[in-house]
Amino acid sequence: MSDHDHEHDHPHEPITTAGEPPAAARARALDALLVEKGVISREDVRQGVDWLVSRSPADGARLVARAWVDPEFKDRLLEDARSAALELGLDPGPSPVVVAVENTGDVHHLVVCTLCSCYPRALLGPPPDWYKSLPYRSRAVSDPRGVLEEFGVELDGDVELRVLDSTADVRYLVIPCRPLGTEALAEDELAALVTRDSMIGVAVPAAPALA
Amino acid sequence: MTFRVGQRVRIAAREHAGHHRTPGYLKGKSGTVERVHAEFANPETRAYGGDGLPRERLYLVGFDQREVWPGYGGRAADRIYADVFEHWLEGQA
Repeated sequence: MSDHDHEHDHPHEPITTAGEPPAAARARALDALLVEKGVISREDVRQGVDWLVSRSPADGARLVARAWVDPEFKDRLLEDARSAALELGLDPGPSPVVVAVENTGDVHHLVVCTLCSCYPRALLGPPPDWYKSLPYRSRAVSDPRGVLEEFGVELDGDVELRVLDSTADVRYLVIPCRPLGTEALAEDELAALVTRDSMIGVAVPAAPALA
Repeated sequence: MTFRVGQRVRIAAREHAGHHRTPGYLKGKSGTVERVHAEFANPETRAYGGDGLPRERLYLVGFDQREVWPGYGGRAADRIYADVFEHWLEGQA
């Protein structure tokens, strides 16, 4: 059915799939075939998508805030991020291994996936569109300081920049530096300072403005 | 052959027809093993309906940015890291 031939009284353009990228049509065809052959069900797909989009950077932020206030927890997070997430009652998701890396006054980490969009989705939610864009994926490895500048991050003189080009099996989560002037904040207040971008390494958490 | 943390390795410079995760910009470059991850199913066969067995050990390998990118504009200490499967690594003295 290609024409807009159902009857109702609100005007709109025909709903079509014209203009979608070829990969989307391929994905839909694969999905239809897998369902038809009984490999997966529509409900499996729906549940998988629901789970993915239900994840959010708030989970990663809880890990970071706890690491800021509890050095022993930070050690466990650096040792085994999956176990540390379970310790806080967070869902670290299915198979991929998550490795946490720590930014300090001397070292700054930046995460990219040059191949596609590998990302710690279980703890940060779906990646932002720019993370999947060709310019970010290519320039984050070859000109990472230029990319950071565009994100508004200027590293201090002697900071060593470490870029992590991640792939499917291991996902990297950055533990950003705790901002100065946050000594009096409670753990949940600290978590509110931890942005998604700071856990990718393209931003630095800031202390709240003084009231 | 297995590798240990701190060991110098070279990423094989070979071509590979089909899916593989070894970044092209690191082929032929020398780096240092930073972490030894677990073993994972081999994506080079799994991508084509295979079972990915035998599983392959995955390593985090670090490189000097200046050795990877001629004309790299950052600092001398800057590093780049990638996870590379064992069959792409060659030992170095």
